[in-house]
Amino acid sequence: MLKIKKIEQENPFVKTFYFDYPLKSKPGQFVMLWIPDVDQKPFSIGYDNGDEFGLTIFKRGPLTEKLFEMDIGGKVGISGTYGTNFSLLENTHYIMVAGGYGAAPLGFLAEALNKNNQIDFLIGSRNKDLLLFEERLSKISNLNLHVATDDGSQGHKGYCTDLISNILDNKNNKNKLMVTCGPELMEKKILEICNKNNIECELSLERYMKCGIGVCGQCAVDPLGICMCQHGPVVKKELANKITEFGVYHRDKSGKIIKLN
Amino acid sequence: MNLETKFLNKHFSNPIVLASGITGVTGASLNNAIKNGCGGVTVKSVSIEPRTGHPNPTMVPFEHFFINAVGLSNPGVEKAVEELKKFRKMTDKPLVGSVFAGTPDEFAKITEMICEAPIDFLEIDISCPNVGTEFGDPFAYSIPAVETITKKVKEKSKVPISIKLSPNAWNIAKIAKAAEASGADAITAVNTVSGMVISPQARRPILHNKQGGVSGPALFPIALKCVWDIYESVKIPIIGTGGITTGEDAISMIMAGATLLGVGSAVYFRGENAFEKIVEEMKDIMEQENIKSLDEVRGCAHLT
Repeated sequence: MLKIKKIEQENPFVKTFYFDYPLKSKPGQFVMLWIPDVDQKPFSIGYDNGDEFGLTIFKRGPLTEKLFEMDIGGKVGISGTYGTNFSLLENTHYIMVAGGYGAAPLGFLAEALNKNNQIDFLIGSRNKDLLLFEERLSKISNLNLHVATDDGSQGHKGYCTDLISNILDNKNNKNKLMVTCGPELMEKKILEICNKNNIECELSLERYMKCGIGVCGQCAVDPLGICMCQHGPVVKKELANKITEFGVYHRDKSGKIIKLN
Repeated sequence: MNLETKFLNKHFSNPIVLASGITGVTGASLNNAIKNGCGGVTVKSVSIEPRTGHPNPTMVPFEHFFINAVGLSNPGVEKAVEELKKFRKMTDKPLVGSVFAGTPDEFAKITEMICEAPIDFLEIDISCPNVGTEFGDPFAYSIPAVETITKKVKEKSKVPISIKLSPNAWNIAKIAKAAEASGADAITAVNTVSGMVISPQARRPILHNKQGGVSGPALFPIALKCVWDIYESVKIPIIGTGGITTGEDAISMIMAGATLLGVGSAVYFRGENAFEKIVEEMKDIMEQENIKSLDEVRGCAHLT
């Protein structure tokens, strides 16, 4: 059990909880957070400086509701880290595409990369009040921030994926790595762009998880049958292209297929 | 050296069968176990209606054991049949269905329903330790309940049936005997043993369900003794399961009398290709000990 060290309110629905613990995680990995008698769920790591780490969490169910009621000093169970991570390359042009709270793991990645990389960070949200980490990201010297909001209240009016073509135009696509974390249909669109333009990409694939250790089979994907808690959540383009259910359907906690709209 | 095994009327390339409840109910995940070395697979137990199972934590690993209380989550028999059909398109390896229900009549009904799937055998899960008394007193401890369920299921099943028993039953050999007399074609021994873990920091049980089923290496000697006792009391074949993690465990279980070997938690202890590791180690032991076939040593640990 770890004590909450610090809590930051990021927007009306999102808080970041910080813990004093050398988790030594890599960007894209996740932990399981447990509140006794409530539930335990996987959460992507949004910050890790080697001594402390942070989880950026959206309030959406009984576990997160309980967590949002907790104060500094409150104790939760943390296990992990689990899963695969985004590649930490050198001298590479990273194009990071973050939808919603996907900004957290990608912010962690941007901070963890060496300064010899160039980063274009594309971030999208419904409106400017929901935009995450604008200040945090603006402190990263080798990062260009591109903002899109659905209502046009800040930056480009529309989706952040609209901005990709400007970045790709008349430039060499070698040494580029597109990384993304956000809604599945957005990620699917990015995969298609990368396939078309022959750009390497890595995406974070979210599936309902129970055990996190490759035993329960809850997060197995079709048609490979491999568990995303072990072979994911971060998957490379080649693997993502083999997961035919990606962008089409996922399974709920009973194992029933739920189609994406 | 030969690991080929004949179980009832079906041929297995090796005796390792994915145990029920490990890596899910999808056709693809079952086929992934085949790719990782299983001779056959057992689907996670299914019920007539979908179930979401217990909240997390549902599975917690420790150094020598694994404890789970998933709570029989499954998408319901109709969806499960679709997944089993997908599996059959991917491979022709043997497939064991698995069902559970709350009453003998419901067991009969779900047996009929799952027999729509291309299964080779059907395991009857009367011994899940993680649903408390949700379905009344556990059937696995009662000879009359086992007799009734076995008869009703046997009447409806299009494939041979195996009754899955609990190591918590003190009279497991007698229960196996009753199942055999009622028409069971095989016995699966054992399910997980009832257990608990508590977090000193939280001052609470770790599993949301509080109690759970213990598997992994700590279960192995308990399962081995159950198979030993059952082998002495019945003539039908036994699927020995419970904590098999190494080739040595596997050969010991055959020597206690098992025909097939269920392997599950080993995927945590040794990775998703645990099955092929166990198969390789079995071959090594057979070579060292000059064992030509598994039939040669099946039950050999019993005095004759």
